[in-house]
Amino acid sequence: MLTFLISAIRLGMAFLFGSTGETITEKSGHLNLGIPGVMCVGASCGCFMEYIYLSHAKTNANAFLAILLPVLATLLGGALMGLIFSFLTVTLRANQNVTGLALTTFGVGLSDYMIAETGAIYSKGSRYFTLSLPFADNLGWFGKLFFSHGILIYLAIVIALVTSYVLSKTRVGLNLRAVGENPATADAAGINVSRYRYASTCIGCAIAGLGGLSFVMDYLNGNWEYCIDAIGWLAIALVIFTVWKPNVAIFGSIVFGALYIASSYITGVSFAGKEIFKMLPYVVTIVVLIFTSIRNKKENQPPQSLGLAYFREER
Amino acid sequence: MKKANFHIVKREPMAWYYNLLVRVISIIASLVVCAVVIMLLTKKNPIEIYASMFKGAFGTNLRIWNFLQNTAILLCVALAITPAFKMKFWNIGAEGQVLIGGLATVCVMMFLGDSLPYPVLILVMIAASVAASIIWAVIPAFFKAMWNTNETLFTLMMNYVAMQLVAFFLKYFVKSGSGTLAPMPDFGLPVIFNQPYLLNIIIVAVLTAVVYIYLKKTKHGYEISVVGESENTAKYIGINVRKVIIRTLVVSGALCGIAGLLLVGGTNHTINTSTVGGRGFTAIMVSWLAKFNPVIMIFTSALIVFFEKGAGQVSTDFRLPDAISDIVTGIILFFIIGCEFFLQYKILISRNRKENDGC
Repeated sequence: MLTFLISAIRLGMAFLFGSTGETITEKSGHLNLGIPGVMCVGASCGCFMEYIYLSHAKTNANAFLAILLPVLATLLGGALMGLIFSFLTVTLRANQNVTGLALTTFGVGLSDYMIAETGAIYSKGSRYFTLSLPFADNLGWFGKLFFSHGILIYLAIVIALVTSYVLSKTRVGLNLRAVGENPATADAAGINVSRYRYASTCIGCAIAGLGGLSFVMDYLNGNWEYCIDAIGWLAIALVIFTVWKPNVAIFGSIVFGALYIASSYITGVSFAGKEIFKMLPYVVTIVVLIFTSIRNKKENQPPQSLGLAYFREER
Repeated sequence: MKKANFHIVKREPMAWYYNLLVRVISIIASLVVCAVVIMLLTKKNPIEIYASMFKGAFGTNLRIWNFLQNTAILLCVALAITPAFKMKFWNIGAEGQVLIGGLATVCVMMFLGDSLPYPVLILVMIAASVAASIIWAVIPAFFKAMWNTNETLFTLMMNYVAMQLVAFFLKYFVKSGSGTLAPMPDFGLPVIFNQPYLLNIIIVAVLTAVVYIYLKKTKHGYEISVVGESENTAKYIGINVRKVIIRTLVVSGALCGIAGLLLVGGTNHTINTSTVGGRGFTAIMVSWLAKFNPVIMIFTSALIVFFEKGAGQVSTDFRLPDAISDIVTGIILFFIIGCEFFLQYKILISRNRKENDGC
């Protein structure tokens, strides 16, 4: 049971990064379907940096640098993907769905290429990401559950809380939400719609990229065997599941993590039955989607102009 | 606020040769970028690489048939999603809709293959796959029509439910426990003129014409474009929007079912979770790049299949990972998507503002 919960948390945090990033992006009115690609690219940039650093540093690798450098590389890779997306959708006014899907194709291809080229074994680097807090072992199950995780797990929670605060309590957050709800009004109020959309998409993608890194380095212990785009789609699902609230997403992500791995922990379920279990996160998301739209409660709706481009000249 | 020294205005529709020119330029530009990327990754001469791409798509008779077959299936999926997209119903669930049609086909082949006479079997296969796909497409449409549930996210989730259903089916019904189903060519669609893919290609060609006429010349097609342009206008002129949404998705689902039938009954004779292989998503590009015109989709789907097949050949010739084809496709798509801007808008420098205000 304890290992189950710990795995659920470790997997859940990969979702949390992705969904926090996508929430920031969606709040600005961008539906970025490129998140799976972004997460793949984020992970590959991070892993690549780790690979370079460790092969340079040889034996005297510094644990702090071994974490910091990949994280920075991931942020940069994610932000670059975000930049491609916003350049095409904001500046060149392309359709968001189509651009997002192209971004996914590109990102998945890029990371697959990288896995095939570098051999996909990052377990050496993964050690640094799974270092637990020193006093975790002294606190029994409590310590294991709350303090035994790698640094990225805590980073995910901090980012989610900060995002939640910024979105709901600050002026920047208010402006961002205004841009997502009604860009024309926001523009009239003197908010630079394009700048907000660029910034939120790039920041969102950078954070989502960390999700990929967390998945590979922490959850998979550096053994990157298969592609992580399924995780990306689930992160998008999680945004809906948690009705665009990053603080709710902390728990939502653990629920998703638990649902995703439940099949391998429940005994007495047939081999085939497990496939039905894996369906659960998607079905639950659909139910939430239907439920929120039927209840039609104001604060639980998607941003009103989600997926719509804004051209000042076409008002 | 800083005063912008240029501004962007919408163009009048351009002459066809200008459209063509911009697209050709963008494709050439994308090929140049791809060449640079490939060169950086492999340090090989790009000309060799493009020669190998061409060889991959058209090198042998078999490859040409393969190319035509892949184009036909991709075109069929693109045709299926076009009515929905024209209505601005963002159906990104074609992957799942085709897959579920394929699953229904496989079920019929597996359980009724021995007991039904061949012609009846084929009819049951068609009915089953079309019905299954219609159900898969109409569920999100129903909720969209009744409660305005976000269809993009809904259909996306339905893809994965369909994939898991297929995974379940493979584990549950395949006795050996290997999780893969041996092909059942005996129960597949008939082969004409000894060319296994010819029937598929003919069916898709006919469908292209049918969808073209449906969208351009019928009342249904007109209603779809009105709802797509503006739901309020549609309501005002007395179109029942809910009915149009659901009816269009029935059409869309039925076409997805045919794609599933062709893919499973006419090509693979078996199924796995990646039978559709991302065509549901690629088809969106095909349809959107062709501006939802079924005839132009023939070219856009051929183009995308060419790049996929060609890049696949490049990866074997130069011992690169298969993923290179996705990278190349991605880059080319970015350019084609980006070039739309230059077709729809023009940039005016402020100095000329006065002269241009009149038009």
